[in-house]
Amino acid sequence: MNKARLMQGNEAVAEGALAAGVLFYAGYPITPSTEIAEKMAERLPLIGGTFIQMEDEIGSMAAIIGASLTGVKSLTATSGPGFSLKQENLGYAIATEVPCVVVNVQRGGPSTGLPTSPAQADVMQARWGTHGDHPIIALTPSSVQECYELTVKAFNMAEEFRIPVILLMDEVIGHLREKVVLPEELTIVDRKRSTLPPGDYIPYENNESMIPAMANFGEGYRYHVTGLTHNEKGLPTGNPEVTKKFMQRLTQKLNPYLDRIQLVEELYLDDAELIVIAYGCTARSAMEGVHMARNLGIKVGLFRPITIWPFPQEQLEKHADRKYLVVEMNNGQLVGEIERIFGYKAVERLNRIDGELITPKEVLDRIREVL
Amino acid sequence: MFNDIAQYFRTETLPHIWCPGCGIGTITAAIIRAIKTLQLDQNKVIFVSGIGCSSRMPGYLDFNTIHTTHGRALPFATGIKAARPELDVFVVMGDGDSTAIGGNHLIHAARRNIDLTAIVINNSIYGMTGGQTSPLTPHEKRGTTSPFGNLERPFQVLEVAKAAGATYGARATAYHNQLLTKLVMDAYNNSGFSIVEAISQCPVSYGRRNKFKTPADMLLWQKEHAFKAGQQPGGEEDFQIGEIFKRQAPEYTHEYERLRQRLREGR
Amino acid sequence: MAKQEFLLTGTGGQGLILAAIMLAEAGINAGQNVAQSQSYGPEARGGASRAEVIIGNEAINYPKVEKPDFVLTLSQEAYKKYGLHLDNEAILIVDNSQVTEVKPRSRNFYSLPITMAARTHFGSEQSANVVALGVVASLSGKIPMEDVLAAVQQRAPRGTAEQNIKALQIGWQMGTKAGAKQESEHCQNEGDE
Repeated sequence: MNKARLMQGNEAVAEGALAAGVLFYAGYPITPSTEIAEKMAERLPLIGGTFIQMEDEIGSMAAIIGASLTGVKSLTATSGPGFSLKQENLGYAIATEVPCVVVNVQRGGPSTGLPTSPAQADVMQARWGTHGDHPIIALTPSSVQECYELTVKAFNMAEEFRIPVILLMDEVIGHLREKVVLPEELTIVDRKRSTLPPGDYIPYENNESMIPAMANFGEGYRYHVTGLTHNEKGLPTGNPEVTKKFMQRLTQKLNPYLDRIQLVEELYLDDAELIVIAYGCTARSAMEGVHMARNLGIKVGLFRPITIWPFPQEQLEKHADRKYLVVEMNNGQLVGEIERIFGYKAVERLNRIDGELITPKEVLDRIREVL
Repeated sequence: MFNDIAQYFRTETLPHIWCPGCGIGTITAAIIRAIKTLQLDQNKVIFVSGIGCSSRMPGYLDFNTIHTTHGRALPFATGIKAARPELDVFVVMGDGDSTAIGGNHLIHAARRNIDLTAIVINNSIYGMTGGQTSPLTPHEKRGTTSPFGNLERPFQVLEVAKAAGATYGARATAYHNQLLTKLVMDAYNNSGFSIVEAISQCPVSYGRRNKFKTPADMLLWQKEHAFKAGQQPGGEEDFQIGEIFKRQAPEYTHEYERLRQRLREGR
Repeated sequence: MAKQEFLLTGTGGQGLILAAIMLAEAGINAGQNVAQSQSYGPEARGGASRAEVIIGNEAINYPKVEKPDFVLTLSQEAYKKYGLHLDNEAILIVDNSQVTEVKPRSRNFYSLPITMAARTHFGSEQSANVVALGVVASLSGKIPMEDVLAAVQQRAPRGTAEQNIKALQIGWQMGTKAGAKQESEHCQNEGDE
């Protein structure tokens, strides 16, 4: 087994990215994510990769898409205000199906907000921040170990499904130092490459897998990439039939793979009368609160969506007809999903928006209040 | 006229969307002739564009082509070039695209002196959206958002690029087509950030509102107001064509490769 | 080991976050689970600084310190904020030259020449953070010296390992001595009753 190491969450993201095979990073400094950029600046040139500090967040997002089109796994990291700026080209990466990973270490908002304090207020921005109907994957680590492992998984999903994956962290986890044991073996997925001769290659083929094979720029497959609605060849179109087919495939392409994308952790759910739902840093408080409640004989469990987008609805629906308590460091964002599934009468909330982490005692108190 | 360069086009995508009399087509041909003369490998050529009339160009071309978001062509191109320095990256942008929404990217691509060949097709207006004023619309000229004449003064894109650190700058027009081909070749041959301003005519969105009766009048204006190095400008509207500046400076991807080498050797 | 929670407080620039990282690293070296975090303002130097460490053999769910077992304060301001209203069970350690106004505590209180020792031995206060680390780690009584030593070697900035190891030894001794003294006084007090 590998030796235990003390590592910071942001550092673990950088290590995970390097383990996943990242060779390109473009970014712009912003608290509380900057340690990721600093680590990549140090490491990438040593292994033949490239780190570039761009003029802004918009340019950083653009640069990683450009690099990824040449076949290089690419990463950028930011926090709330920078994540807002990335939305424009995040949408471009979604529409053009270019794999990449965007880390957002959430801090208090809106606007400049609380730069050094945690929040989980970008949950909806991660889902709907860029305009238009679109699919997205967002993963939320709750520990430093998970920062490492989920970064690897984020790249695997980005590559396999040709989609930007958001690693939605928070200041607590990003700056936390904990014990990490790096896995001995890792599964690394690379994008499916076209095996056809260039003349036969269809870059946005509507095939059964719903995920077209990719070709790298500069390797003989001369194709077009555009943010305009495009046909299977990648050329712009305004044709309603072609548009419909494109949009159907784009918005449904994750559906066949949901069982592999939607990661969850469950604790004491079988006999739970109340299910606490929490993710990221608040899942730590919720976990402790649930343990405290169990010690008092209260029948309560924890459902932790590790993948929050697409929300693991089916997994949660297996635990129907209970009461639900959604704990989050915002004014109520993911709670809307749970209300949509079970109706608002079954769902209670615990929120905190003052930049302080919700405590286990607050969770326990709320559990006792609602049961 | 077209057959000599047809191999560089996705002919099935034609006809193009540009209006009759537009200068972008002739500018496209001039750029392609440069690539043909340079004998570049089509598989290694990347064309990057932003959003606007001129940014539709890559779609018609048979290279690795990417039509990005408004103003962002240069950072996309920066990512491509930084990741794969062996590729030949051309960036085509409009005047609004490159100097307004993309102005900051232009400054910083020039500052890095990254080896991109940028071509700013300047038709003095936002053409695709119907003729709004751009940062390169001349003072007092009319656009739909300056119906009483432009109050603002335009800037000189080549001077901005030079001040920011670009190592090659040149200007030609749709009319000076052969000169444009030569300048694009020189720009490509410069190792560093190179920018060519290609003055174009937009008869529909600019000419109509600014007393040009025909596209030919606009081409004649280009001919009459251009002067070469050593000549004197005759009036305020006159502009110099040809190479405007060229100088030596370390190129970004070379510097980065040197850093990698230095680290490899443990220095 | 049972969970122990540490708060290391002072002003920005005193190196308390690094001391906390070393303490956490020592915990890992000793085979424990740890959680280390910090809160800070926008200043790189000055302003209040607070670093937290939790060490224990069970899983640490909530990663922040809730009820500290050890509080170190290296500034008067930090003392006022974190030391003044501390409950009697927690062990409070203050720097005797930086924290001069203190409310008397009957026990679990150590006023020690931490920065002074750094100044005497190294001519500057630069290694005071590691002296403090030695004091806190020895008083905790749960982390072996060799694991702390290894942590200091791992985390000391380049070129400072030797000085910081010395600083650790000074702090460790200071803590051990102070702990022993208090223990004997405490026993005496109990005997008096």
